[in-house]
Amino acid sequence: MRPRAASWFGAAAAAAAAVAIALLPLTLSDYHRSQGALVAVYFVAILALDIVTGYTGQISIGHGAFMAVGGYTTAILLHHHWWTSATGALHTIWTLPAAALVGFGAGLVVGLPALRFHGVYLALTTFAVALAVPQLAKNYSHFTGGTQGLSLPAHNGLWLYRLGWIVAGVAFVFAWLLLRGRTGRAFRAIRDSEVAAASSGVTLALYKTLAFGISAAMAAVAGSVYVLVNNFVNPDVFGLTLSLYVLIGAVVGGLGSLWGVLAGAAFVQLLPIGLTSGPLASSEDVPVIFGAVVIAVMAALPLGAAGFVQTALRFASRTRQSSTTP
Amino acid sequence: MTAALSTLRTPWRRVALGQWLVAALLAAVVVFLVVGSLQSSLFLQQTISGLANGGIYASLAVALVLIYRATEVINFAQGAIATFTTYVGWQLLAWGFHYWPMFALTIALAFVGGFVCELVAIRPVERRGNVLTVVIATIGLLILLEGLIGRIWGNEVKFMPSPFPARIYHLGGAAFSLQDLGTIGISIAAVVVLWLFFRFTKVGLAMRAAAVRPAAARLVGVRVSWMLSLGWGLAAALGAVSGLLAAASPSVLLQPSMMDGVLIYAFAAAVLGGLESAAGAVVAALLIGVLLSLLSSYVSWVTPALLLPVAFVLMLVVLLLKPTGLFGRTRVRKV
Repeated sequence: MRPRAASWFGAAAAAAAAVAIALLPLTLSDYHRSQGALVAVYFVAILALDIVTGYTGQISIGHGAFMAVGGYTTAILLHHHWWTSATGALHTIWTLPAAALVGFGAGLVVGLPALRFHGVYLALTTFAVALAVPQLAKNYSHFTGGTQGLSLPAHNGLWLYRLGWIVAGVAFVFAWLLLRGRTGRAFRAIRDSEVAAASSGVTLALYKTLAFGISAAMAAVAGSVYVLVNNFVNPDVFGLTLSLYVLIGAVVGGLGSLWGVLAGAAFVQLLPIGLTSGPLASSEDVPVIFGAVVIAVMAALPLGAAGFVQTALRFASRTRQSSTTP
Repeated sequence: MTAALSTLRTPWRRVALGQWLVAALLAAVVVFLVVGSLQSSLFLQQTISGLANGGIYASLAVALVLIYRATEVINFAQGAIATFTTYVGWQLLAWGFHYWPMFALTIALAFVGGFVCELVAIRPVERRGNVLTVVIATIGLLILLEGLIGRIWGNEVKFMPSPFPARIYHLGGAAFSLQDLGTIGISIAAVVVLWLFFRFTKVGLAMRAAAVRPAAARLVGVRVSWMLSLGWGLAAALGAVSGLLAAASPSVLLQPSMMDGVLIYAFAAAVLGGLESAAGAVVAALLIGVLLSLLSSYVSWVTPALLLPVAFVLMLVVLLLKPTGLFGRTRVRKV
C-alpha cells in the first residue's frame, strides 16, 4: 500500500470509528454507557503509555500513579470546593486541564531519574512510583480522605460517555499530531537507538523527559475521568492492578501503533465484563479466564492486535501485487 | 569482542571507585549495626527481626534473579506462585501432615509447579515474542493464579502455624524469638543449598552455561529450553520457602495477596543487588529488611503507610549513584 493510500485508509477508518462511537450510546443502557466511558478512560491511559513505551521505548509499569495524580487533583478540587462554589458540569470539566498540568509536573519529576536508568531498572523505578503514590494518598489524609476516600457528585451515563470519548478524541488527535512531526521522529529515534539518536542531534534529556511529561499529563486526564465515572476515589482505586491492566492493554493492542490502543482498551475493560455477563463463567472465574486469555494472546499475537493487522495487510498487498504483475 | 576490548580500555580508576564505594558503604552499615546493637538491646532486637524479614525477601529475590539471569524477564508471577504453594502447604496440613514433611513435600510440589508453569504459560510465548511479551505473560499468570487461589480456597484469611516454638530467649537484655532466628537460618540455608547446586553439580553448570551463552551451550549438548524450565522449577521451590516462612510469621496472614508486599521488597532487593547477582540480592534483601525495621521503630514520622515510599526513595538514591545496582556490572552500550 502506498503511503498516500494508507493515510486515506487511516482517515476513513478514524471517521468510521468516530461515527460508531458517537452512535453507540443510543442503543445502550445507562450502566453500559458508563462502562463505555471506562473504555475511553483505558483508551487515553493506554495511549499515554504507548507514547512513552511504544514510541520512545521507555518501559513504564507505573502509569496508574499518574492516573492517581490526575484523579486526586480532580477529586480534591471538587470535593473541597476550592475550584468553585458551584458544582456545575462546566466547572467539573475545567478540573481536567488542571489535572493535566499537575500530571505533566509529576511526569517531569519521574522522567528525570529516567535519564539515568535503562530498561529493567527504569521499569522497576516506575513500578516503585506506582506503589508509592497510593501510599502517599493514604498518609496525607486531610487532603485525600485517606483510606476512606472522597466521594464526588454523580453524573449520568450519557454525560460520562460523551465526556470520556471527547477527551479520548482530543487525546488521539493530539497524539497523532505530536507523533507525526519532529517530536515523534525524535521519540522513535530514541526508541530505536539512543546512541544513534544522540549522535544525530536529538537531545536525549529533553525528549525523554518531554515524553514522560506528555504521557503523564494524558494519563492524569484519564485518571480524572476515571474518578468522575466512579464518583469516588480512594487509594485502592489506583492500586497496582490498574497499572498492570494499562500495560496489558498497551501490549495486547500493539505497542507503537495508535490503532492498537482501541483494541487494547476494549480488551482490558470489556473482556472481564463480557465474561461475567455470559452464561459460562461466574464472577469468581473471571480472573482465571482473563489471565489465561492474556497468556494465549501473547502466545498467538506477540506484536498485539496492531501487529497482526499489519502482517495481514502486508500479506494481502503482496498477494495482490503478485497476481497483477505477470 | 568489541565489548570486551572497550571494558579493557575503561580507566581502571572508574571501575575500582564504584566497587570501593560499595564496599565502604557495606562496611559502614555493618559497623553501624554492630555498634548500635552493642549500645542498645532494642536496636539489637529490631536488627534481628529485620534480618528475619530480609531473609524472606532474600529467597524470593534470588528466585527473581534466577529467572532474570536466564531470560532477562522479570517474573511478576513469582509472588503469586509462592502464595499458591503456601496454600498447598496449608491444605496438606489440613489433611493431617506434620509440619516438616509438609514443608519438604510443598517444596517438591512447587518445583513441579514452576516447571509446569514455564512449560505451559511461558514457553509458547517465548518462542515468538520478545522480553516484554513474556513479562505480560507473567502478569497474566499472576492474575490467573490469584484468581485460582480465590476459586479453590476462598478469599478469607487462613491461619498457618509456625514450626518454631513460641519461646523467647534472653541474652543480655535483648529478647530473641526462635521464630526470627529460624527464619534467618532456613532462608540463608535455602540460598546456600542453591548456590552449592549451581557450583558443584553438572546440571547446575549446564544451567549457568545456558543462561550466559545459550548458543554455545546448545553446541556442547545442553538442552537450553529444559534448563529454563528447570530454572523456573528451582525459582518456584525457593519461592515456596519464602512463602512458607512468611506465612509462619505472626505478622503475616495467609490470604491471596499475602506475597504482594514481599514481592515488592524482593524486587527492590534484586534491583539493588544488580539483578544478575544472587549474592547481591541476598545482601540487598537483608539490608532492606533491617532498614525497614529500624525506620519503623526509630523514625517517628515514618508511619506504616510511608514506609514503602521512604524505602523506595532511599533505593532510588542508591540507584542514582550506581544505576546498575550495588553488584551489577556496567554495560557498554552499543549502537
